[in-house]
Amino acid sequence: MSRFPRAAIAALAAMPILGLAVVGPLWAQQKSTASKATAKQTPVAAKRLGIGRAATPEEIAGWDIDIRPDGQGLPPGQGTVKQGEAIYLQQCAACHGEFGESAGRWPILSGGNGSLAGHDPVKSIGSYWPYASTLIDYIRRTMPFGNAQSLNNDELYAVTAYILYLNDIVTDENFELNAKTFRTIKLPNEPNFVDDDRETTEKAFWRKDPCMTNCAPGAATVTGRARAIDVTPETGKGARVE
Amino acid sequence: MEERERGTAKPTSRRAFLRAGLAAGGAAALTGEAVAAPKGAGNPANLPPNVADWSRMLGDGVAVRAYGKPSKHEAHVIRRDVEWLTASRQSSVSFTPIHELDGIITPNGICFERHHAGIAEVDPNDYRLLLHGLVERPLVFTLDDIKRMPRVNRAYFCECAANSGMEWRGAQLNGAQYTHGMVHCVMYTGVPLKALLEEAGLRPNAKWLLLEGGDAAAMTRSLPLQKALDDGLLAYRMNGEMLRPENGYPARIVLPGWEANMWVKWIRRIEVGDEPWHHREETSKYTDLLENGTARRFTYVMDAKSVITNPSPQAPLRHSSGFTVLSGLAWSGRGRITRVDVSLDGGRNWRPARIDGPVWDKALTRFYYEFDWDGRELLLQSRAIDETGYVQPTKSELRKYRGVNSVYHNNGVQTWQVHKNGEVENVEVS
Repeated sequence: MSRFPRAAIAALAAMPILGLAVVGPLWAQQKSTASKATAKQTPVAAKRLGIGRAATPEEIAGWDIDIRPDGQGLPPGQGTVKQGEAIYLQQCAACHGEFGESAGRWPILSGGNGSLAGHDPVKSIGSYWPYASTLIDYIRRTMPFGNAQSLNNDELYAVTAYILYLNDIVTDENFELNAKTFRTIKLPNEPNFVDDDRETTEKAFWRKDPCMTNCAPGAATVTGRARAIDVTPETGKGARVE
Repeated sequence: MEERERGTAKPTSRRAFLRAGLAAGGAAALTGEAVAAPKGAGNPANLPPNVADWSRMLGDGVAVRAYGKPSKHEAHVIRRDVEWLTASRQSSVSFTPIHELDGIITPNGICFERHHAGIAEVDPNDYRLLLHGLVERPLVFTLDDIKRMPRVNRAYFCECAANSGMEWRGAQLNGAQYTHGMVHCVMYTGVPLKALLEEAGLRPNAKWLLLEGGDAAAMTRSLPLQKALDDGLLAYRMNGEMLRPENGYPARIVLPGWEANMWVKWIRRIEVGDEPWHHREETSKYTDLLENGTARRFTYVMDAKSVITNPSPQAPLRHSSGFTVLSGLAWSGRGRITRVDVSLDGGRNWRPARIDGPVWDKALTRFYYEFDWDGRELLLQSRAIDETGYVQPTKSELRKYRGVNSVYHNNGVQTWQVHKNGEVENVEVS
């Protein structure tokens, strides 16, 4: 420290001030005191900044792969259940099982009809998913696992058709899925989804005066222990540190 | 480290447990090793009146540790995963070691991870954000473009909707890291989504956004436009430095108070639309299956929640009776935390905890409760209250409304049983 020239220290100290002086944005940020630093104050644009360049139709077409339940975004192409079976067995069955029953802990694709209100619900495409578009969209964007976006559109339709067949959503192995026949597909569980209603159904959790003393009779008793299940990872084991 | 870890020691491995069978295993677990004696003893050569090596010899010079790391003695403070939870590490989760932290800010290197196709290693020179759909001007932004826009700094908690999801049917994982560690809180620097959308110009029928990641999952979520306009951010820094690859480098979405799955990492595309897309992460996943077989969807807000981080199963009490500090975290997706109550007797009696440090909107909030431990067994609980008057429910209250099949949004009150020897267990009480 003692060998550090005083003049240099002075220059360093002055730098931030100089920096501030040259910043004269068109944008006005509301003044915030230290205590209000977290208040919801966002910069207000005086006008468009003109940042970013126009996206070309080709760029958009390359990345815009999403599909909606109304069919918006469905690509051209087609594929049958039969064609899909071969692709499925080669590309999907190792993880999802030959019949969509799942291998190990990989996601199950079929089965579980009528299980949702039971003790062991199975959330498969046929039993749980509300829309077939979700299946096409998901396969298109990220399957096969580790080789995403490698299927062509015909393969995409074919393998989707086969998975719908595994779920008894289509029953004819000659069924051809395309943007037109897609409109005939309805998944049975669609009506069983409701929008978030916690603020009305769980109104009871907003309480004026939560109980502070003698809130339940008698002493509390232990009814369950994590140790009895014993599935906590082994002592000392964790992600590797380099 | 070994001693430190012994607090969570179990007499049997999982495999051994499975061999032994349920009944025997349950009994055996309870006869487990007692908590190790406090580390205290130490190496006499380093203790007064002797002078330790580090007090006599030169250490590393400056910039030898060009990017500093925690002390080697803190090597146990790491993310951990639960291998049996998922089929592969590429589509899995790791947990923040919340029992090893204090204050409200999570260090970048130990923020919990959730990836769907592994960590995308994006070259910042090749990073592009495409903004299109129901806009006047479809635009492409580079990272430099984004960094050139007016920016804000905000600390928010980020909690996976499945945090505590393994505990719906009862106490399962013995450690706050595993039961509550899918949460972190960092200071983000980023551009308000509103500013970005205004550059493109919204069409009058714009109502929803599709957020899409640039990883191999191309993960998507539909976002109501209003949330983006209210407080959504396109963030590129956490705690001052650029986002870590694990957390979406070079840019991610931040949606204060809403479930972390929507905070799309490695964001590559925002499409403006007039309807939700109902993609996989908002239909098959992140919907809450209720007891009657119906499911709630679009359950974005994270309800108020709290947990005592110390003591907890991985961080037992290491002293005999006497003064002790109980510490924990509280947060709410609906706003600020206004109060946290603590119970030592399994919810029979409550007293207000002391909140310390900043109390920020939709950020982690730190609380303490100091008391003289008389050495008796304790059933510790905490309960958070937020500025809307929401009071964190008990697990049984929550199950009355949700059943046990919902997987997500488990914000029920956690109970830790402190044994006389200081050991702590994840339990449920009635």
